[in-house]
Amino acid sequence: MLTNEIIKKKLTEKFGNQITDWQEPYGMLTFTAPKELNLKVMQYLYDEEELKFTFLTDLQAVHYPDNNGAELAVVYHMHNWKENVRIRFKVFTDIQQPDVFSATALFQSANFMERETYDFYGVNFVGHPNLKRILNVDEMDYFPMRKEFPLEDQTRIDKDDEMFGRG
Amino acid sequence: MSDHILLPEGSIEKQTTTLNLGPTHPATHGVFQNILELDGERIMKATSTVGYIHRAFEKIAERRPLYQITPLTDRLNYCSSPINNMGWHLTCEKLLGVTTPKRVDYLRVIIMELARISDHLICNSIVGVDSGAYSGFLYVMQFRELIYEIYEEVCGSRLTTNIGRIGGFERNFTNAAFEKLEKFLDEKSGYPAQLKEFENLFTRNRIFMERTIGCGPISAERAMNYGFTGPNLRAAGVDYDVRVHSPYSSYQDFDFTVPVGTTGDCYDRFLVRNEEMWQSLHIIKQAYQKVQEFKGADADIYHADVPAYYLPEKKDVYTKMEALIYHFKIIMGESTMPAGEVYHSVEGANGELGFYLISDGGRTPYRLHFRRPCFIYYQAYPELIKDGMLSDAVITMSSLNLIAGELDA
Repeated sequence: MLTNEIIKKKLTEKFGNQITDWQEPYGMLTFTAPKELNLKVMQYLYDEEELKFTFLTDLQAVHYPDNNGAELAVVYHMHNWKENVRIRFKVFTDIQQPDVFSATALFQSANFMERETYDFYGVNFVGHPNLKRILNVDEMDYFPMRKEFPLEDQTRIDKDDEMFGRG
Repeated sequence: MSDHILLPEGSIEKQTTTLNLGPTHPATHGVFQNILELDGERIMKATSTVGYIHRAFEKIAERRPLYQITPLTDRLNYCSSPINNMGWHLTCEKLLGVTTPKRVDYLRVIIMELARISDHLICNSIVGVDSGAYSGFLYVMQFRELIYEIYEEVCGSRLTTNIGRIGGFERNFTNAAFEKLEKFLDEKSGYPAQLKEFENLFTRNRIFMERTIGCGPISAERAMNYGFTGPNLRAAGVDYDVRVHSPYSSYQDFDFTVPVGTTGDCYDRFLVRNEEMWQSLHIIKQAYQKVQEFKGADADIYHADVPAYYLPEKKDVYTKMEALIYHFKIIMGESTMPAGEVYHSVEGANGELGFYLISDGGRTPYRLHFRRPCFIYYQAYPELIKDGMLSDAVITMSSLNLIAGELDA
């Protein structure tokens, strides 16, 4: 029976205090790893006899504009099918130089998911075989999911309130 | 394709041909472009382009309160939108800590399994159309119509359903809905008889078998590495099913099996989907029986008692003060939303449909990501069709059940 405590213990033994921010929101073990270690952590989770997180469920990024020096978070969801345990881990990176190692060598499935993450957040996946835009047009020169591009306000301002009895 | 004649070196006909398959080719059933490098009719290389119908759902969702995101999920896999809707409601319920009554769970299971049938029957009959057998498609299509009529009785719409709400359904199932369901389940004139006939047409049909066996195969290891889930993964021999692994909406109360294939080719995918339709019928029957066991006041339960999140019925909004207040609070986004992050997944018709929702306690999600099974397994397509014939590429595409809406979000 693989429990969150065992995973936490194994990872702490291997990586010491480099892994931080242990949480369990809604039962899923969540932690943060330094971005240089993302592949090492993933490979360890994949290979280690007791852990065997062999399925990459999901990969995406989140933008925290106020988090100075670590604005972008890349979030990995991994799944051990045999024990049916899921974990989530994050790596944070500076938005000025958003280089994160690519997981494509370990998981083919990371190819499109990393391209999508690059497309929307501009995370530069080092080692990706074909890192270019996937859902947006190739000519786009910004990363639209970043928080500095707010959606239009849903309240209309193009109408003169006075004409509608609200002036 | 060992019997393919390789042209001699230096032959003028040796040059490969570049062919654009799609984006608007009638055989691609959606907006997919593949740039193929062909040697005669054999595919040497394929490059996929996606994103033709990208609609920025994740960005739009960052501006919308929870209940307004449901119509966005409709438009992911539009062949089975109720599963997407329910998946989204379940995600919200997990975040908000809402538990639903058993009757709601069973009604949801009925709707979700109907949606699974309507999705699989389209996929399988289209594989038939692409291999030259049109009639099966017309046979089963009548029953998709009947499924859509059931949706219509429950929520008022057919394709993009926006069915249900956080906490339950918008109204109780009417008698007409149950009558239509009985008509659908009828052994003699309903879907089981039609599915049997559909199988008779295809499963042991020699032409169909020769066209699909060995076409677009994938091994279990490759499928896992490529992130396959759902029927495509099970056809390769891995029995991963979210309904069994992480039961939601009381799936643990039902008795069903998870069919698996061996080779992961088009024929196995076809068989797995057919068997899943039988299993879905089996689940619907059990769920309907369980629903009928609720008598009296219990039979009127169709939503959880969570007034702060469940959008009240319109007639109550007009007549009851409390309902009016909650209606206003929910519409204006004044209901409190806990901060936190939650991942929830359901077994969509194509595989694991996941929702990763980060809430900062505001009115709208801070970040919402859809794990779209299509998008992830489409990466394997160039590998699946390599060294095959052009006509096999068309069948492989339809048997993967690629839905452009889900692919491009």
